[in-house]
Amino acid sequence: MKQTNTSSSNMKLGPLTTLLMNDKGGRRLLAVLAALAILVPLLNLFVPESSIFHVSTYTMTLLGKYLCYALLAVSVDLIWGYCGILSLGHGAFFALGGYAMGMYLMMQIGDRGVYGNPDLPDFMVFLNWQELPWYWLGFDNFSFAMVMVLLAPGILAFVFGALAFRSRVTGVYLSIITQALTYALMLAFFRNDMGFGGNNGLTDFKDILGFDLQADTTRAGLFFCSALALMIGYLISRFIVTSKLGRVLIAIRDSETRARFLGYRVEYFKLFVFVVSAMLAGVAGALYVPQVGIINPGEFAPLLSIEMIIWVAVGGRGTLFGAVIGAILVNYAKTYFTGAFAEIWLFMLGGLFVLTTLYLPKGIIGLWQQMADKLAAKKMSKLQVGDLAEGEKA
Amino acid sequence: MSNSLSNATSKHIDNSPVLYLDGVSVSFDGFKALNNLSLTIEKGEMRAIIGPNGAGKTTMMDVITGKTRPDEGIITFNTSANKGSQSTTDYDLTQYDEADVANLGVGRKFQKPSVIESLTIFENLEMSLKGGRSIWQSLFHKLSPEQKLKLDEILVLIDMAEKADDLAGNLSHGQKQWLEIGMLLGQEPELLLIDEPAAGMTDEETMKTAELFKTLAKTHSLMVVEHDMDFIDALNCKVTVLNEGSVLAEGTLQEVKANEDVIEKYLGR
Repeated sequence: MKQTNTSSSNMKLGPLTTLLMNDKGGRRLLAVLAALAILVPLLNLFVPESSIFHVSTYTMTLLGKYLCYALLAVSVDLIWGYCGILSLGHGAFFALGGYAMGMYLMMQIGDRGVYGNPDLPDFMVFLNWQELPWYWLGFDNFSFAMVMVLLAPGILAFVFGALAFRSRVTGVYLSIITQALTYALMLAFFRNDMGFGGNNGLTDFKDILGFDLQADTTRAGLFFCSALALMIGYLISRFIVTSKLGRVLIAIRDSETRARFLGYRVEYFKLFVFVVSAMLAGVAGALYVPQVGIINPGEFAPLLSIEMIIWVAVGGRGTLFGAVIGAILVNYAKTYFTGAFAEIWLFMLGGLFVLTTLYLPKGIIGLWQQMADKLAAKKMSKLQVGDLAEGEKA
Repeated sequence: MSNSLSNATSKHIDNSPVLYLDGVSVSFDGFKALNNLSLTIEKGEMRAIIGPNGAGKTTMMDVITGKTRPDEGIITFNTSANKGSQSTTDYDLTQYDEADVANLGVGRKFQKPSVIESLTIFENLEMSLKGGRSIWQSLFHKLSPEQKLKLDEILVLIDMAEKADDLAGNLSHGQKQWLEIGMLLGQEPELLLIDEPAAGMTDEETMKTAELFKTLAKTHSLMVVEHDMDFIDALNCKVTVLNEGSVLAEGTLQEVKANEDVIEKYLGR
């Protein structure tokens, strides 16, 4: 119907055609992201600071952070919006991805730390440890660390999901145990003898793949990677939800028993999408850490996991691109209001959630669609009036 | 067509019933929902089940489809491993869960129509089609020409060919029931368990549904739970009356209607 204006651009993309056929919002989102991925680094690196078109490194890093949150929101929407799994502990997977990246970055510091120990990160020297714990081995290798970015959250999600979904834990009970999961991990990571830097977490990073983390070019590169990861993550999610598997997920969301009696093994499908979602969250965390320069147990805090749900709810659940919009808007608001009126931000966040639930069940996307529908209806009625008038003339 | 033929021939070779329940009991917190229930459905038979509320009709469906595990008793499902083959296998249904039982060839329609409301009619049916139940198969699923044909066939049968792309949530109650029957057919089950199909239907729809079931009975075994006596009359098949978790009477509708016990405990004087 509305394909005509975009079909030419889709033609060139080939396999993307089917993925984005009925996804106008997604097409626009990807176009904007692609433009941002190229423009922002260019405007940062090549436009002089005096120009109004210059994007400061601070702004670019901030935007990069938002993009990581957006990918995290997509991962939450994939399980909540499409499969009805309300995870209140998705921050755990984000943080685990972040820690995997953080461990690689710690190993890159080498002998440039405060204690100058070439083998051990500072906090281990401080704790009088003599050698690297076994679970830190291999993290000086970038590829290994990147595999762990996927595996650490993936394995946790697999084990946790296998247990929970097999025992048919659903609804609010599942939400509570996911919350308990992230809380337990937070307490564990706070302990110094866990070997992840305790309270302070991992920080003081110097460089990534030999590039100085403070350099504008490295920041630009990280921003580009964040945008790219978000685009790829979006397409993967889109591929899943447009496949028959996606429709099975919706069936599970709407009526789990029905899906079972149709012969679908509900727990496998939930487990699959839960693990994919956890891995996406892990990637988001891994890109987040080098941009903010620190990862500590605070990222496991239950409050953050609840915030993610609010991003998705505000944007519009079950649309994927709504999650992106929600994550960026709420975080922009957070940046602004915590700067201007820090003490009322939490009240605003809570109020936002209540208002969205009451008045915008489909989030901003739903509101947008409603207005578009009204406009279309108006146009239609105008056309009909026009037709009538013409008919009378004839 | 060939199905009914092969069914007919296998009937001569193998006389084991498609479904065989023997001494099945289930209790919930001391309440005996099923009490030593025994029941046999022959291959290609259509059977109506009636009985007062709490007689155990839904619990019986639950134990057959693997939702509830019986405390004791035997439930055997006899099916040919592949279509057209004459050798049959007995499955002890108490050992399987819902998804397994569904894939073995027992289709179930619930009392409350439970179509997937946020999917279209076509998508609902597509999901029900036999096979492709694993993760990878679903992720990379493409409709084959045969499957498309099958879908079109079902759409025509349930009279929804024109609105295949409408959301299932927008259908009327009766239409949802029909869509659900269509979904049942997509699964190509050997035995259909149908819970109150006529509930909430207009008289005309009820009679149309009875006709549909008679057509289905030519190629499937059916077990229909219903309260509507006109509907059962229209089905014109053997009737089993359940009461307090076991069989009270069995026979034609006329026979059970004349049965003293049935009159006292179910129909009322």
